[in-house]
Amino acid sequence: MDGPFDVREIDEHLFRRESAQLVAALTRIFGVHNLPLAEDVVQESLCRALEVWKQRGLPDNPAAWLMSSAKNRAIDVLRRERTARTFAPELGRLLDTEWTLAPAIDEAFEPGTIRDEQLRMMFSCCHPRLPEVAQLALILNILCGFGVGEIASALLTGEAAVEKRISRGKATLASAKTLFDLKASDFEQRLETVRRALYLLFNEGYHGASPESPVRAELCGEALRLTILLRDYPAAATPTTHALGALMCLHAGRLPARIDSAGELSAFLDQDRSLWDARLIGEGLELLERSARGVDVSEYHIEAAIAAVHACARSIEETDWREIVSLYDRLMTLAPSPVIALNRAIAIGQLEGPGRGIRELRAIDDVERFANYPFYPAALAEFELRRGHLSVAFEHFQSALGLARSDAERRFLLKRAQRCTA
Amino acid sequence: MSEFVFLFRSTAEQQQGAMGTPERAREAMAAWMAWMRELEAGGHLKNPGNPLATTGKVVGGKGALVTDGPYAEAKDLVLGFMVVEARDESEAVELAKRCPMVIGGALVEVRPVQKLQF
Repeated sequence: MDGPFDVREIDEHLFRRESAQLVAALTRIFGVHNLPLAEDVVQESLCRALEVWKQRGLPDNPAAWLMSSAKNRAIDVLRRERTARTFAPELGRLLDTEWTLAPAIDEAFEPGTIRDEQLRMMFSCCHPRLPEVAQLALILNILCGFGVGEIASALLTGEAAVEKRISRGKATLASAKTLFDLKASDFEQRLETVRRALYLLFNEGYHGASPESPVRAELCGEALRLTILLRDYPAAATPTTHALGALMCLHAGRLPARIDSAGELSAFLDQDRSLWDARLIGEGLELLERSARGVDVSEYHIEAAIAAVHACARSIEETDWREIVSLYDRLMTLAPSPVIALNRAIAIGQLEGPGRGIRELRAIDDVERFANYPFYPAALAEFELRRGHLSVAFEHFQSALGLARSDAERRFLLKRAQRCTA
Repeated sequence: MSEFVFLFRSTAEQQQGAMGTPERAREAMAAWMAWMRELEAGGHLKNPGNPLATTGKVVGGKGALVTDGPYAEAKDLVLGFMVVEARDESEAVELAKRCPMVIGGALVEVRPVQKLQF
């Protein structure tokens, strides 16, 4: 393609994803203590790319162009600084001599090496000393290429807080001297932390997806992609990992119906199931089947099984609510939480009627944990509405509105509340 | 421990054979890196040295003559060097035997570093 081009023609994901891969490769060469240097080199390559492409047009293979540019910059840095700095201890003297400098760099940029480095980086980001929100921020920044502003909007926190979390997190990474060794004895343990982080990441995206926050919708894609990275590594491809993948695919398959034609959140009960992504759901069901081989039954297994019951039902009425309640019962013994209790109560209400649903909702322990969660009063409201107690329902909707966490949620709850006055 | 300089010598034909296609060049590079990693792991890599370009000059002879080098007539060229630490010459020779270039038909000249006495 010749001639000047419009920057917007570049796939907006390209720079983000490519830069994450290039940072992984450069970290292998420079060492994790030089992560800022790796990020600088990539930034410079991206800037240079924009300058050159504006004049000469988009190259046939933009990703390859970027990689080549990053490699050349890396070589320059190494030749210039090899006496002043230490680089990756794992590469030893290979970077000190022209015999092996370029080949070592080539090796670091091979697809298999990049995959491994990204995996190691993911495991490193899930350091047990780091709080979960910090783990997510690091993953989003380093592995997914998101900036501080985007991460702040994705996790509903302030930019300053995100900035601090990321810089502290990177200091923790640097102090470990090398990235996590996948052959280490605490691999299984760390794998659990990684899965939990990816699960949280997916949930942030799933529950936050709204027109105002397009970044949040991308979080699901990123969580899915990183879970695939896990599944491609044999030691991490356990039934529980497959179960996590299953639940992500099954939930993500329903995302297209979550926003209605007016661009507003739509209630699960009203969703147009023809909009569901059949391919993703099919993949989810296949993963669920694979996750059943073996003796482990994790919370991911059960959540995936619940999602599968929904995915296989043609409508709300045709859903096997009895099975769902039974699965929630199991989930409550395995990983009890107020949100799970809430979902269970809603399922019981679907199965046995609104009165029963309300009794279950009221019976939940730790109701105080719902102090900021709009969907508890909203659930009460829905059931009261269903059994005809309109004014009580309306009051509950008012409470829910007071707790709404975004404009999209507010509008959604208002719409539901309007049925009380119909 | 003593130091030995390895001088890697090869002919144009041998180079063509070893590195002529992208596939072979890749394999040769991988084997070379593996060998260097071995040397380093064994504590033998005193100075990894560098490859040498096949251009250059020869300075000297009568009246500081400058001719194009390295040596137009010589059949093999010094392609690079390395300084290795070994217990003695026979250990150095054993190390040189594992050099992929040797396996590929080239030569490694093993020269002990002379410790000058006063």
